[in-house]
Amino acid sequence: MRPDPQKSPSLAITVLVSVGCHPLTGRGRRADQDARGVELARALPLAEVRLLHAGVLDAGSDAALRGYLGMGFDALTLIEQPESSDVVPALAEVLADHPPTLVIAGTRAERGEASGLLPYLLAERLGWPLVAAVAEVEGVEGGVATLLQALPRGQRRRLQVRLPAILTVDSAAPAPRQSAFGPARRGQLAVHEVGEAVPDAELVEWVEQPARKRPKRLKIVKAASARDRFKAAAAKAEGGSGQVLDGVTPEQGAEAILKLLKEEGVLRR
Amino acid sequence: MSEIRRRDPRREWIARNRLHRDHVSVLAVLGQGNTPSEWLGPNGVMRRNPHAVGFIGPNGLKRIDRSGGQQGGPATVATGTAASDSRQAVTIEAPAFLVAVVPDMSGGRLSSHDRDLLGLARQLADADPARPGAVLAVLFGSHKEEALGEAGVDRLLHLGDDAYEGYAPEARLAVLAAVERDLAPRHWLLPDSPLGGADLGRRLAARLGERPATGVWQLEADAEARGKNGSGWRCTARGAANTRDFLRPLPRVALALAECAEPVSETRHAAEPVTLAQPLPVLLSRIADLGPVAVDPAGVALAEAGFILSAGNGVTDWEGFHHAAKLLGATQGASRVAVDDGHMPRHRQVGATGTWVTARVYVAVGISGAIQHLQGIQSCDKVVAINRDPGCDMIKRADLAVIGDAALVLQALVTLVEQEREEKRHAA
Repeated sequence: MRPDPQKSPSLAITVLVSVGCHPLTGRGRRADQDARGVELARALPLAEVRLLHAGVLDAGSDAALRGYLGMGFDALTLIEQPESSDVVPALAEVLADHPPTLVIAGTRAERGEASGLLPYLLAERLGWPLVAAVAEVEGVEGGVATLLQALPRGQRRRLQVRLPAILTVDSAAPAPRQSAFGPARRGQLAVHEVGEAVPDAELVEWVEQPARKRPKRLKIVKAASARDRFKAAAAKAEGGSGQVLDGVTPEQGAEAILKLLKEEGVLRR
Repeated sequence: MSEIRRRDPRREWIARNRLHRDHVSVLAVLGQGNTPSEWLGPNGVMRRNPHAVGFIGPNGLKRIDRSGGQQGGPATVATGTAASDSRQAVTIEAPAFLVAVVPDMSGGRLSSHDRDLLGLARQLADADPARPGAVLAVLFGSHKEEALGEAGVDRLLHLGDDAYEGYAPEARLAVLAAVERDLAPRHWLLPDSPLGGADLGRRLAARLGERPATGVWQLEADAEARGKNGSGWRCTARGAANTRDFLRPLPRVALALAECAEPVSETRHAAEPVTLAQPLPVLLSRIADLGPVAVDPAGVALAEAGFILSAGNGVTDWEGFHHAAKLLGATQGASRVAVDDGHMPRHRQVGATGTWVTARVYVAVGISGAIQHLQGIQSCDKVVAINRDPGCDMIKRADLAVIGDAALVLQALVTLVEQEREEKRHAA
């Protein structure tokens, strides 16, 4: 399945995977964005993909991590860390020992603080460039990767980044393949030993609670008089501010529309 | 001057006597109009003249407006100035500290998220009236926002260089690091919006070695937090895929969600430009922006499309409409009537029963604007209407309305765009 490393210069990719959380049941699963990252790495030709996870190993996380193995992997490197510990030093140590060409991670985790800060801290520590919200890797050539970045409103932007680099994957990346049950059972969770775990002292001090529903913003009417308040309450469609072109030729109207479209910058060149 | 009010009985008598030759001049001195509706009588009682109340309306009938916003009288001038002066002008000369805000400025304007964030920054800056802080906004690239001061900006650092346009996180981060070195703001606030502040803010936090609060949606003053790390604020941050809240002291760098605070509306600020003390070092970027990629507009979901061309009952030339949408690069939408008649698929329907759209520009072709449709386009920035009926609701909502036949106007628009592209091709 994997290309032979001796035959062609392969591309070493490390995908950082985490234990996800099903939005409805709350059960452990492969995290959506991380699985998309694995799919992105698998889609690259000549890629030698390695999965890396740092965290607790118990029954729940074992099942979730095997979800990644079911995407066609023999092994997953696991750095065992106790609950609520800072995994950045351990990951940075492993990545610095065997530096890959490309590190792929999800944008944000699905459990815990989920600040989305880990790739940035790794990039700062390793001194590598980081590209956020990648939707597609178009190609890797001569130490430069060409990427498509997902922008809001379904738009894409083409970027080039010098390798080695860290990419975070957006939810707009291609959907991950299904996890196969047999390979998932057969795959190995290879435990990797690193130095002592660093506890996350700050996180313990915070108060954690289930998410409260955010208050809905009320429309505040600042009116001095009863007439203004009545007008605000009874207003159907706000008007008067717009420009109305009546009795113009279609050409003049089209020109005005084109001017507005250009001002707003929605028209493609 | 003595505080005792002196009365001039003679002048009051002239003011009451409409037949006196000095009547008008005395009224002017007393500051009443030429027909005063109420005045202080000789015994200190308010006297009213009901005939002088109100004004003659457009239909020749007398109208009485008791709201105070009377039209046509001298009162109009007074209320007009009061409305424009109601926002208090605030200038902070020597701020005790700085609150740095880096708004997204998507599309060159302050988004509502940016305004909320500036409101949050004002909360932090104005907490202690004796020692007010100043809000510093750092803007990158060109922008077309004029009302920055009204949004609550005291100091403005604008870097209009081309190097900061597009995706240039490394150049922007270098600027923020220079701001940290020169001005040392007490708080850094960024919007936690994808690809804007979310990316830059995390880079900044990693560079400064601060642990940021991400997904902040609530902020409250807290004496306990003041004792511990000096920030004096406690924030509520969303985490774990929006399922958990974390209550924690506010760190120096915070990434806030939309609607984290009310935008500034009651004060106007100075927005004084500031500059950095040292020139920025030229750095070699490892990330190159090759520009936007053409995306098939038909593949973009209607709810997140930025530019929608929407068709209604007034469209007869459907071939022309589809062609125009393709040429302009717009996502197609439709009103309920157009969908019911089978001209467009159901998933293209805009409105209360279809999709609520958030486009920057929404072009409504031949749509009269049923209330359900107008609800669906509530959050669109600019609405352009092309319609034959000048009285319809869509025209009232639109920022630009063209009265005329939809097919002809669309055809003219297509011709214009084609002409321009042809000229560009010849020039190149």
